Amino acid sequence: MNPSLPSNPPVATPYFFYGLAAIMIIGGILVITRKNAVHSALALITTLLAQAALYLMLYAPFVAGVQIILYAGGIMVLFLFVIMLISIERNMKERQFNKQWVVGIVAAGALGGLLIAVYTTTKGGILFPPVGHESYVDGQNTQGIASLLFSQQSGTYMFAFEIASLLLLVAIIGAVVMAKKRI
Amino acid sequence: MTNISTLHYLVLGAALFLLGVIGVLTRRNVVIILMSIELILNAVNLNLVAFSRYWQGIHGASALQGQVFAIFIITDAAAEAAVGLGILIAFFRNKETVNVDEVNLLKW
Repeated sequence: MNPSLPSNPPVATPYFFYGLAAIMIIGGILVITRKNAVHSALALITTLLAQAALYLMLYAPFVAGVQIILYAGGIMVLFLFVIMLISIERNMKERQFNKQWVVGIVAAGALGGLLIAVYTTTKGGILFPPVGHESYVDGQNTQGIASLLFSQQSGTYMFAFEIASLLLLVAIIGAVVMAKKRI
Repeated sequence: MTNISTLHYLVLGAALFLLGVIGVLTRRNVVIILMSIELILNAVNLNLVAFSRYWQGIHGASALQGQVFAIFIITDAAAEAAVGLGILIAFFRNKETVNVDEVNLLKW
């Protein structure tokens, strides 16, 4: 236990971070390499659940719950439904990677080099804070998010919330229109 | 073993982002491309929540802006998945395939 965090013990030991990170990386690799789309979806669900555990380690229980219910529960079920609707037998016999895969990997490697350059040349001290200084009252997280979203005084994001609901309405109408038999 | 810092989460998020980019650029199956986009959005979400933790360390436990942003991004991901999969169903009904190389109606 870190002595500099007396009132705020870490949720789990650093070993948990490395274990969950390994699960996420392996799941991500499986997502982009599996031939069967159902296997990819299951690997993605594993990645999402490990990420929810990481949110818990970051003292974000509300986001972790939303991640499990909405992402792993809702969006991935939608994906699985669509995979079941479209037949995948023919696709599984075809080539899985396109002809430009070398260029794609080179471009992704260039982006990775850029990220490595940014992360290694940034001044230390900005990016290495001790994670957490103070005690966290149980239940404060959800209340804090709700007051940022809905409160009259500090509700900075109320308008953005309304815009998000409008976005969801447009998405519902769009999905129904696109899935209709005759547009 | 040292304590986990924000940079650990940023590196993990960058790795997931790169995996998603590789998936988008190299796969031919539209469903897996959409899943790779979900990977990218999740990498950004992880960065946002990690920065929210860092921001809380400076401004107190009620500074939760990063987590609010993460919730908005999850909302966007839900909308994007619904519309994207609807487009995919319409495309599959017309062309009987889920291969992006055959999406060439606008090519001339």
